[in-house]
Amino acid sequence: MQSYADIAKGDVLLSVKDVSLSFGGVKAIQGVSFDIRKGEVRAIIGPNGAGKTSMLNVINGFYHPQAGEIMFKGIRRPKMKPYEAASGGIARTFQNVALFKGMTTLDNIMAGRSLKMNVGLFWQMLRFGPAEREEVIHRRRVEEIIDFLEIQAIRKTPVGKLPYGLQKRVELGRALAMEPELLLLDEPMAGMNLEEKEDMCRFILDVREQFGTTIALIEHDMGVVMDLSDRVVVLDYGRKIADGVPDVVKADKTVIDAYLGVAH
Amino acid sequence: MAGVRDAQAASLDTFPKLMLNHARVRPSRPSMRWKDLGIWQTWTWAEVSAEVRAFSVGLQRLGLKRGQRVAVVGSNRPRLYWAMLSAQALGAVPVPVYADAVADEMGFVLENAEVTMAVVEDQEQVDKVLSVAERVPGLTMVIHDDERGLRDYDTAMLRSFAVVRDDGQKALDADRAVEAEWLKSVEAGAGSDTSIILYTSGTTGRSKGVVLSSARSIAAASDTVAFDKLTDADEVVSYLPLAWVGDHYLSFAQGLVAGFCISCPESAATVQQDTREIGPTFYFAPPRVLENLLTRVMIRMEDASGPKKAVFHHFLAVAKTWGEKILNGERVPLSARAHYALGEILIYGPLKNVLGFSKIRVAYTAGEAIGPDLFAFYRSLGINLKQLYGQTEAFLYVTCQPDGEIDVETVGPAAPNVEIRIEPNGEVLFRSPGQFVTYLNDSEKTAETMTGDGFVKTGDAGFFDRKGHLKIIDRAKDVGKLTDGSLFAPKYIENKLKFFPNVKEAVAFGDGQDFVACFINIDLTAVGNWAERNNIVYSSYQELAGNPLVYAMIEKNVEIVNRSLAAEEAMAGAQIKRFLILHKELDADDGELTRTQKVRRSFIAERYGVLIDAFYAGKSECPITTEVTFEDGRKGIVSANVKIKDMAIHTPAALKVAAE
Repeated sequence: MQSYADIAKGDVLLSVKDVSLSFGGVKAIQGVSFDIRKGEVRAIIGPNGAGKTSMLNVINGFYHPQAGEIMFKGIRRPKMKPYEAASGGIARTFQNVALFKGMTTLDNIMAGRSLKMNVGLFWQMLRFGPAEREEVIHRRRVEEIIDFLEIQAIRKTPVGKLPYGLQKRVELGRALAMEPELLLLDEPMAGMNLEEKEDMCRFILDVREQFGTTIALIEHDMGVVMDLSDRVVVLDYGRKIADGVPDVVKADKTVIDAYLGVAH
Repeated sequence: MAGVRDAQAASLDTFPKLMLNHARVRPSRPSMRWKDLGIWQTWTWAEVSAEVRAFSVGLQRLGLKRGQRVAVVGSNRPRLYWAMLSAQALGAVPVPVYADAVADEMGFVLENAEVTMAVVEDQEQVDKVLSVAERVPGLTMVIHDDERGLRDYDTAMLRSFAVVRDDGQKALDADRAVEAEWLKSVEAGAGSDTSIILYTSGTTGRSKGVVLSSARSIAAASDTVAFDKLTDADEVVSYLPLAWVGDHYLSFAQGLVAGFCISCPESAATVQQDTREIGPTFYFAPPRVLENLLTRVMIRMEDASGPKKAVFHHFLAVAKTWGEKILNGERVPLSARAHYALGEILIYGPLKNVLGFSKIRVAYTAGEAIGPDLFAFYRSLGINLKQLYGQTEAFLYVTCQPDGEIDVETVGPAAPNVEIRIEPNGEVLFRSPGQFVTYLNDSEKTAETMTGDGFVKTGDAGFFDRKGHLKIIDRAKDVGKLTDGSLFAPKYIENKLKFFPNVKEAVAFGDGQDFVACFINIDLTAVGNWAERNNIVYSSYQELAGNPLVYAMIEKNVEIVNRSLAAEEAMAGAQIKRFLILHKELDADDGELTRTQKVRRSFIAERYGVLIDAFYAGKSECPITTEVTFEDGRKGIVSANVKIKDMAIHTPAALKVAAE
């Protein structure tokens, strides 16, 4: 764990170069390039169907682009499976919450630790000796996350019974449990009320400050995006139409036309 | 009781002296608990006094001097209680501030108390304190418990609790003289020193700083510790605001006198679970909390299966008939006792266990009138729930009910060593061992409140009943008259309305008017649940409040209240003639309620003047636009067209005829 101040700004953590992705005749992403620097909050915005979620799926290895390359930590990334991306330090949350509904908050977040567990199945089944020791260590880490996200009160509640805003928070907790270097958030504030949005903003900023995690997020709430992120990349019909700091992007005419302020 | 004897024996006249005494007498008994990362952490008296010593020395090294004041802001956390003791050990005065106060309110207290340091819980409080720091020129240091989010704050004023504590510990380790010096400063503390300054909740305007002395605080706490036979084996969960006299008295002061253990919940949202895990033996809850618990139990029972519901309601009826009688030690037939015992096994025991009430020996409620049904419910389960009447100015107790002499309508006889006098205008005056010394920086107000012979005016109107128990009817200044001369006690009417679970808040008007009219706030939990079960769709409080079916439901309640008022000769003239359901919930952030959730009548009358005019102008609806403050301090606007309903007035005679 390093402090935010230690993070050398400007180091590129992940870069996407000329990536194109199509499903049959549908061109989801066309020749998009951008980079994510270490320690920044990077927003990806765009109208519906602009290819934002596809972009996240490309980054975490769920889709494989037909063209272009992805560099992660300075190394050209081969075609890989999502779990390989996960163990490489990329975690994500989903647009439509994807938790284990019948399991408690605690168990859901504990599931995020599974890649970090080394003890074999035999011991785990006995839940004895090394497995027990390991569980204590992981449980402590999970409790720290619960404390961090202020969800102590729902520790033992099955997540299916929780309101949507809290489920989103649990999902963030599960992603954090992986101790990722890069955290991908797909519409973390969708469907939330003002207070929940503000809480989520605070958590995102605190995650960066406390864990030094780099964050890439897709979000529709412009107020949130402009306040929260260091740099914004704008997609429209699979193409990149703007990239830069929020103030510049906000003033960009193409962006305004495509997305922000044209009266319909 | 041991604590009381110790206190007398060794002239333990300050709280730090009491703490050091416990560390000698019962070093390994638990003193405090806090649930951290899901596990209960316990500190013994020896450990607590070591922590306090280290932090106190740390504060000293930061320059804290005798007589200076230290603000303490946050939720119930051991470190914040330790901060109070640490300041007191140096002869400095802790000034707890309500954690949910907005920056401006907090600024007022810090400014008024001229604090030099602040010990706060987390980033939220640090932000608030720093935002008003300009108004408090003497403020030199802000110490925070939780470090989260504060790493990048670039100010020399900020220290973490751990750093200050470790610095103190290092000084203690390096030189033995430091400890001796510190012990000397504890010994130098006298009973006449100011122990703490507590701010009143501000029911009537700006809050006032109430200065309490050590010896008086300890005298008052010793009396009630003896009264309720509290010992170091008792357990208390402290979950009420740190800055409120109730928590300071019931947890901090009584804990230090009796030597019992106080447990701090993990977070505000987990209080119920934590209470259940701890199983307190001494418990305090305002009626509001008890009501919430009951509402939650009842709502969950609605979702239970038929047979379970039947068993539950059957045994609740049994408890209603016999439970209180058994608790009061009255004669009860053997068959009923057996029936009740079965209920204890099947329903009451498990229910109390879920609520965390299994081990309760003594429980109190106070702060506002409690509904008879609500009070009876808890007592019928075998919980020794009693009422007390108190004030910050009295350091809590003015009256309290002794075991076995319980009446829902009254608040009991005078507490031990308290004298009570009733003025001709009905106002209640008291003289008590714990009473305050003065209001801070306000000798005028002090002179107004204290009589020449040392009695304190409570501002409440009341009278003694035949058994010598006090009955409070309203604020003395709020009791008024209608134009036809009938007595109008607004609180009395409001409380009757609030006893309905679907009414959260009510505000009655009528002084100097022709008739009584009333604002009502519906309870969103109860009415929302009702709406869900009846397929009523609503998107906001405002929409639900304006629903004609909700109006019809509330109308029935008002009708029942009018009937019960008509049945009482003195109150019959003050029946509710018109009412409306407010379009927004009354909120402390808007200044409509105090921080302890009491209605601020005159403020509301001014803010909603249009609606009151509409009442007396005979209009059937009235448009209104209201500014609201969000939790982060930003403002917004709500507007609505509020409907006004007319009610029938009963004449006492007509009721009698109808009854015959």
